[in-house]
Amino acid sequence: MATAQTRTLSRVMMAPAVIVLLIWMIVPLVMTLWFSFQNYSLINPMMTGFAGWGNYLYVIGDPSFTQSLINTLILVGGVLIITIVGGTLLALLLDQPIWGQGILRIIVISPFFVMPPVAALIWKNGFMHPGYGMLGHLWKAFGLQPVDWFNQYPLFSVIVIVAWQWLPFATLILLTALQSLSEEQREAAEMDGANAINRFYYIIMPHMARSITIVILIQTIFLLGIFAEIRVTTGGGPGYASTNIAFLVFRTGILSNDIGAGSAGGVVAVIIANIVAIFLMRAVGKNLDA
Amino acid sequence: MARTVPASTRIGFTALAWLIALLLFSPILWVLLTAFKTEAEAIAASPTFLPQNFTLENFAAVQDRSDYFKHATNSIIVSVGSTLLGLVIGIPAAWAMAFAPTKRTKDVLMWMLSTKMMPAVGVLIPIYLIFRDLRLLDTVHGLTLIMTLINLPIIIWMLYTYFKEIPVDILEAARMDGAELWNEIVHVLVPMAVPGIASTLLLNVILAWNEAFWTITLTSGRAGTLTAFISSFSSPQGLFLAKLSAASLLAIAPILLMGWFSQKQLVRGLTFGAVK
Repeated sequence: MATAQTRTLSRVMMAPAVIVLLIWMIVPLVMTLWFSFQNYSLINPMMTGFAGWGNYLYVIGDPSFTQSLINTLILVGGVLIITIVGGTLLALLLDQPIWGQGILRIIVISPFFVMPPVAALIWKNGFMHPGYGMLGHLWKAFGLQPVDWFNQYPLFSVIVIVAWQWLPFATLILLTALQSLSEEQREAAEMDGANAINRFYYIIMPHMARSITIVILIQTIFLLGIFAEIRVTTGGGPGYASTNIAFLVFRTGILSNDIGAGSAGGVVAVIIANIVAIFLMRAVGKNLDA
Repeated sequence: MARTVPASTRIGFTALAWLIALLLFSPILWVLLTAFKTEAEAIAASPTFLPQNFTLENFAAVQDRSDYFKHATNSIIVSVGSTLLGLVIGIPAAWAMAFAPTKRTKDVLMWMLSTKMMPAVGVLIPIYLIFRDLRLLDTVHGLTLIMTLINLPIIIWMLYTYFKEIPVDILEAARMDGAELWNEIVHVLVPMAVPGIASTLLLNVILAWNEAFWTITLTSGRAGTLTAFISSFSSPQGLFLAKLSAASLLAIAPILLMGWFSQKQLVRGLTFGAVK
């Protein structure tokens, strides 16, 4: 093949995608960075000029920032732990010889397709509402006082909703990985007298490591930006009890119209995501080379 | 597959699996059942499982309240439009990377995926201001543009993995037989790529349909999609459980059906073929 020609053709074919993504990445990021050093409020037009590190000091010094950061980590970490552990157990169960496996797969994956605001509203009103929710009825049936989940355990409630949405995804991916494990390998181990725990530890776990990495990567990408679930349930409250970084930036920049401080928060969010990204991309890059 | 286990073990596993699956499914079941109940029944102190007075009035009420069909139309335009636009940009790029890779192809792919790691809040404010100045706020085409950009990396990755699996030998054989480049593309490559392109299309429509961050922040009434429409139910206008369920059911049903049919491809697509 005429390699020079192919190379040119391939450059031309890639150009639109590369250019569009470059613009998408650079323009808003540079603007966010620029705004973050400006005094810029949509409410108070008198506030102008260079702010230096003012916005950053304001954002980072604000107790709500520290809390949002901690909440973000708890939210991502909590959902990851629940979905990975739960997903592994559920995948192991669904991989057993059971009746109706095909239908079960479909039922189990369903929550993944429910749009986040709907998921949040179902849980808020149908399940966790102290008066009308199913959990409230259940508590009453046992003679207990219904729990006002979103006021008493706001962050935990959000974690439950998000975990419900992502558990199916983790389960499906891990189940697919499990099913690709060759039967002979398992049987050979069984013949050699490996018990269930040993088989899980020495055969299944190493086989699943790669899929678990992928699940962590994909979920983390989405979990860092959890927004709708918080918006329609707690609104970030009470106080800042369930505010994550994404919601904090939205609240500061868009609701309070403080562009400067909101942008500073955005820059911090980007930095956090990048730290996470570096680790994840390394892991995935290694895994995908195979 | 053909593992022999005692029937009792099998029954035990089956029962446990169904119990857990139904528990996970119960919120969706709740929506399905509540949507056909009257408001009074939905908030009754002693809940009923099946609707006692089966009614369709909730669906009519949802339409009256804030025009479901307009929001559904917006959702369809934005999710289908952004996916098609993404495919137009993504297919050539993925094609080039799969069939004419250079030393840097892997880096380019990694970089593209990394743009997906950029948190939306990091760019929300500039996009909001740019959209305001260009009068793109609360417009369907503005939203379609954003949705294309956020899903483009996934589209390219998915297509790349699918294209990668097309054996190069077949291309070479076609060339040996004297096929022109154009014929090669139309008669050999396209037919083999169609399933991959179809899965990519399907999954990205699902992702775009459910996207909530940008629809909530960039639209208000006019260009609102179903995610924005549903979010408006969170405001404290009383607890209309039955109507909320009807609206929710209408919003999730199309994608739930699509998802069920495409769940096999979903694994391959969403993990970029890394899990098979």
